[in-house]
Amino acid sequence: MLKIVHMWVNGNEVELAVDPRESLLETLRERLNLTSVKKGCGVGECGACTVLIDGVAVDVCLYLTMWAEGKHILTTEGLKRPNGELNPIQQAFIDEAAVQCGFCTPGLIMTAVELAGTGKRYTREELRKLIAGHLCRCTGYENILNAMERVCGQEA
Amino acid sequence: METVGKSFTRVDARGKVTGEAKYTNDLMPKDALWAKVVRSTIANGVVKSIDISEALQVPGVVRIVTCFDVPDIQFPTAGHPWSVEAAHQDVPDRKLLNTRVRQWGDEIAAIVAKDNVAAERAARLIRVEYEEYEPIVTIEEALAEGATPLHPDIRKDNIFVHTSFKTSPDFDYDKAKERAIEEYGEENLIEVSDTYRTPRIAHCHIEVCTSWAYVDTNGKVTVVASTQIPHIMRRVIAQALGWPVGKVRVIKPYIGGGFGNKQDVLDEPLNAYLSIVCGGRCVCLELSREECVSQTRTRHACKGVLRGLATKDGKLLAREGDIYTNKGAYASHGHAITAGMTTNFKDIMHDAYGCRSDGYSVYTSSAVAGAMRAYGVPQAAFLADCLTDDLCAKGGFDPLQFRMDNCVPPGFVASNGITYYSYSLKECMKRGAEFIHWEEKRREYAHQEGPVRRGVGMSIFMYKVGVYPISLETSSARMILNQDGSIQVELSATEIGQGADTVFSQMASETTGITMDKVYIISTQDTDVAPFDTGAYASRQSFVTGKAVKKCALELRARILDYASYMLGRPAEELMIWQNQICEKIHTGTAAASDRACTVTASSPTGAGTVTDAAPTGTGAADGFDTGNAAVRNAKKLALGGEYIDNTRNDGSKGESAKYSAWLDGKVKEYDIHDLPNGEAAILRDTGVEKDVKPGKALLSMEDLAMNAFYSLDRSEHITAEVTNHCKENTFASGCCFVDLEVDMPLGKVKINNIINVHDSGTLLNPKLAEAQVHGGMAMGIGYALTEELLYNEKGRPLNANLLDFKIPTAMDVPELHVEFLEMDDPMGPYGNKALGEPPAIPVAPAIRNAILNATGVSMKEIPMTQQKLVAAFKEAGLI
Amino acid sequence: MFDIEHYFEAKSVEDAVRLLTEHEDAEIISGGTDVLVKLRDGKGAGGSLVSIHEIKELHGVKILSDGTLEIGPATCFTDLTNDPLIIRYVPYLGEAVDTVGGPQIRNQGTIGGNVCNGATSADSAATLQTLNAVVVLQGAEGVRRVPVTEFYTGPGRTVRRHDEVCRAIEIRPEDYAGFTGCYMKYGKRAAMEIATLGCCVRVRLTPDGETIEEARIGYGVAAPTPIRCRETEQALAGKRVADDQIYELIGSGVLNEVNPRSSWRASKDFRLQLISELARRALKEAIRRWQNHEAPDAALPGRKGGDQGC
Repeated sequence: MLKIVHMWVNGNEVELAVDPRESLLETLRERLNLTSVKKGCGVGECGACTVLIDGVAVDVCLYLTMWAEGKHILTTEGLKRPNGELNPIQQAFIDEAAVQCGFCTPGLIMTAVELAGTGKRYTREELRKLIAGHLCRCTGYENILNAMERVCGQEA
Repeated sequence: METVGKSFTRVDARGKVTGEAKYTNDLMPKDALWAKVVRSTIANGVVKSIDISEALQVPGVVRIVTCFDVPDIQFPTAGHPWSVEAAHQDVPDRKLLNTRVRQWGDEIAAIVAKDNVAAERAARLIRVEYEEYEPIVTIEEALAEGATPLHPDIRKDNIFVHTSFKTSPDFDYDKAKERAIEEYGEENLIEVSDTYRTPRIAHCHIEVCTSWAYVDTNGKVTVVASTQIPHIMRRVIAQALGWPVGKVRVIKPYIGGGFGNKQDVLDEPLNAYLSIVCGGRCVCLELSREECVSQTRTRHACKGVLRGLATKDGKLLAREGDIYTNKGAYASHGHAITAGMTTNFKDIMHDAYGCRSDGYSVYTSSAVAGAMRAYGVPQAAFLADCLTDDLCAKGGFDPLQFRMDNCVPPGFVASNGITYYSYSLKECMKRGAEFIHWEEKRREYAHQEGPVRRGVGMSIFMYKVGVYPISLETSSARMILNQDGSIQVELSATEIGQGADTVFSQMASETTGITMDKVYIISTQDTDVAPFDTGAYASRQSFVTGKAVKKCALELRARILDYASYMLGRPAEELMIWQNQICEKIHTGTAAASDRACTVTASSPTGAGTVTDAAPTGTGAADGFDTGNAAVRNAKKLALGGEYIDNTRNDGSKGESAKYSAWLDGKVKEYDIHDLPNGEAAILRDTGVEKDVKPGKALLSMEDLAMNAFYSLDRSEHITAEVTNHCKENTFASGCCFVDLEVDMPLGKVKINNIINVHDSGTLLNPKLAEAQVHGGMAMGIGYALTEELLYNEKGRPLNANLLDFKIPTAMDVPELHVEFLEMDDPMGPYGNKALGEPPAIPVAPAIRNAILNATGVSMKEIPMTQQKLVAAFKEAGLI
Repeated sequence: MFDIEHYFEAKSVEDAVRLLTEHEDAEIISGGTDVLVKLRDGKGAGGSLVSIHEIKELHGVKILSDGTLEIGPATCFTDLTNDPLIIRYVPYLGEAVDTVGGPQIRNQGTIGGNVCNGATSADSAATLQTLNAVVVLQGAEGVRRVPVTEFYTGPGRTVRRHDEVCRAIEIRPEDYAGFTGCYMKYGKRAAMEIATLGCCVRVRLTPDGETIEEARIGYGVAAPTPIRCRETEQALAGKRVADDQIYELIGSGVLNEVNPRSSWRASKDFRLQLISELARRALKEAIRRWQNHEAPDAALPGRKGGDQGC
């Protein structure tokens, strides 16, 4: 039986009928077509489905949609300005060649948005720990860290 | 070059950072049915019966098919081009679903349901009766007397193929040893005899293996798949279904990594079949992460039984190896990977007396081994470099010097004719040693005590580009001029994250003269539309497809100039394209054409070509040609008719190949000349670059030209070009890794303090992307060295098939990664480039292993060197 | 989708107890990082869930009037690590749960779940053992307090009854005041890891900082359940910290009190090596921290951690 959930997704108020068995990953992808939210494992091991819930990075493959009632959800689709201009984090990922196959990219960008949102500046070692919930097989993390440093590193 | 060689931003970067780039499942229709494969719960046996009656009662179940229902057609899955010679075709050893179970998790039935919950509930209700045999997971078990043959219809035992390679037909290690004893005396010889092992690992691309299929209104079964090889997949699906190829269509959107796993046809034929048996409805077959790790393809585990012999003063005399690989339940890529592994083991070092390497591909009842980044060469490098460093340790040689003295030499020609043209391996080694402070650290670490010790280690590798001449290399490209003077580039070479779309765009821009912002590459491959190419593997695309792109761009350029000639009323020869403008071509050469005619009479790329001077006898020697070999003499003759460009290497020495420009066919063009080992020279490549010209006055914009070409009432012409390039050239890439690390012995922990890969990959097409590619390979190599291994229990069931237990490195496990290149223009590459995609993963694991040897004196015989294995080894050595 | 028959959202602990009582097949779900993983794997498929995810009263850390730290079980690992009271009084507990999985999982997984799933590999387990933490369970028959040292009955099994909800984890002042500690997690990689072994060593030294007054040693994965090594703790009491023998003593003493098993993840021999070596290192670090004046006094009620001297 479907249940109604109200939430704010990328700034828009959304009222949706969902199956209570759904993960937020499935709701965002299949009901709202927010396909930047990627599924890489389904069990919180890869971080590809990371979105911000009330500003906090969460693996939504392990988050029931029912819990999203009243919450503010931000996905990568919500970062671009209305005129198409990119968020500085997105631009940093481009400039630092931090993107390869691109499948882990939206999730990592959401973690970067969370970190940038704290206003803190992080050392490279701190950043390594803070992105360790994202697996990437293409980049060796080197350029991802370079991109992250540009937006919230101590050297930036 | 104007565009090639510059660090352009990836053409797909924006789409990927905005999340707008669409991957397979992002495009799936909302009403797609969900398929689940039912897998065997034994590792070896036969399905006697399957009872699906209860499962069919589950609400939402649409269809269940079993191994007793599928077409009686065996098919191969390898991402190889078809061979027209029956003997070289891949081995068809599986059906869509199989009654003969050959691995735990073998595919025995499939459920199609309205959602995953219904499919999973049904799967739990399927009852299977088996006849069960002993699992044979390891090479030893599969080769043991009385082991069940897994494919008795194909092979009488579990040896899939055995090959033997020797440096010369009469080489024999024991005879070589006798000769060495005679020549040097036994007391002056060092011998190592040992067995080394590498693990089975999983690719772990972050996007799982997935596809969805439907039957289109025209009756074609259409499969949208995450694949590296859309055109090969189309053929294999057709073969598996018994359908004509034209009735199958494959579409490849963006893919979230492949690393070779998606260079095989996986469950896509089954997906097509499931759609067909569901009346053409759209069916999605997405594998779970667990299935991806243990039920798709893996890197071959291998065991090398090796011997090596050197003189006490560090001359490598002879080696031999019997290399066994675990190919798992099905043939997949057949023996190709094992053969490549054994060849590479033999060729990476130069043995004064010779080398033998035998390869055995062994069927076992475990995960199928197929292609994975660098196709057997990481194993070869590990075996070769363990042996090398163990010889060095025993003989007291410096491993760097030993490799300098005994590694594959410049101008090396492999037994199949592949020649190592641009060679900077030794320079790479020099640079790596300098970076890591090799000599200083070797001295510093020579005498250490205490629980934490440091060491430096190195490894080298060599990698051929693409699959020629073992297999076919062919590629097509299409370019279409748009009304605004921009172009589409269409290929079936695939972007899989490596940056292919970007470098192809650069190539198209470079050769056409149309700027990068006006080159639109079509990233999605649709086999109904995209011209043929075999796909992403063997680090081949920038080389093989690159040649097709260049050829196509030259043709398009010629057509554009032809139309410009018509519009401007001037001969095409007087025109050129420069930054989207048709310009006057201005010759900057200092002498007249008539002074400089000469002829190239032979230009066989793999054989010896010759250059004869048809010009009036030149007077005076050009500078820089003071060596005496024939190639240089010939080159000198040619150079009299042209401009000597450069044959200087990065270290200032003179290289074996060089570029010259010359008057040929009445035009000044740039050519590559290469010394062949027999002392002759070959003209290898028309570089496509016109020398001694520069753009003059702009006469016509590309946009005006295109609008006219489209809509002229006088001469309407839709300017396109489409070419096939059958590539019959090859060369080698190479490089090395140097590591400085510390080992916390009581905890078995390895900390990498400094690491560098130095690559000999020819001219870089896009340095920033090239560097990023190396980073990823290095991280993969670190995982290979220390943590990654797919494990099985005694029943043949995988134990760690998920991303928590299969340990690929996280950001906290990877140190800062350093990368350098020693760029040397390779005469074979379309733009001087050669392989780079796979090589970075090759040398890291053996370098780490050798650094641990340097740090602790303990010679590890296998990877991954897990903490537990290290602790056990240190205890055995009395170090803790 | 997860194979769930019924999903219930509890409004309060009492509500959760009622739902669990009414539905035999229902399981509690809090952060979801264990329960949903098991469900996906088919374990408990077709059962029901009682969610306590949205019960506000189960979140956060408080000081009770007697100085006891009360940890809300639905507090996620990240919030625990960053909580000022935790940082002030039991920073090593915050450090321990900061080694769970990766950052996102630490934003989702809860301390209550970490305890109640009964895993010996739980990263909070070794430390909570040394803290003599008390698990407060509320069920149909009322509230009971179970010391964490008596909470585990076997691998993945605890004394918690089906209808009971963990409503708090308590740490009494005598168990944290005057102590420093160090948790060492050993894994095969540096993040996204199940502990191969977890070791927490805590010490209270004499005021001059020269002698061990009390030591506590807790382990995860050194036995089928989290354990303490009480004999070795006693042997260390009264020993001078300058005497290197204490490291030999702890390193060999613990070996008599543990019972690790061999599995494909690690052999018994290897685990024994780690048990010994990690204890030495954790002891050293705990002593260093004590000598660095990091041991807290007992908390005063009503104070937040940040505004109080140490």
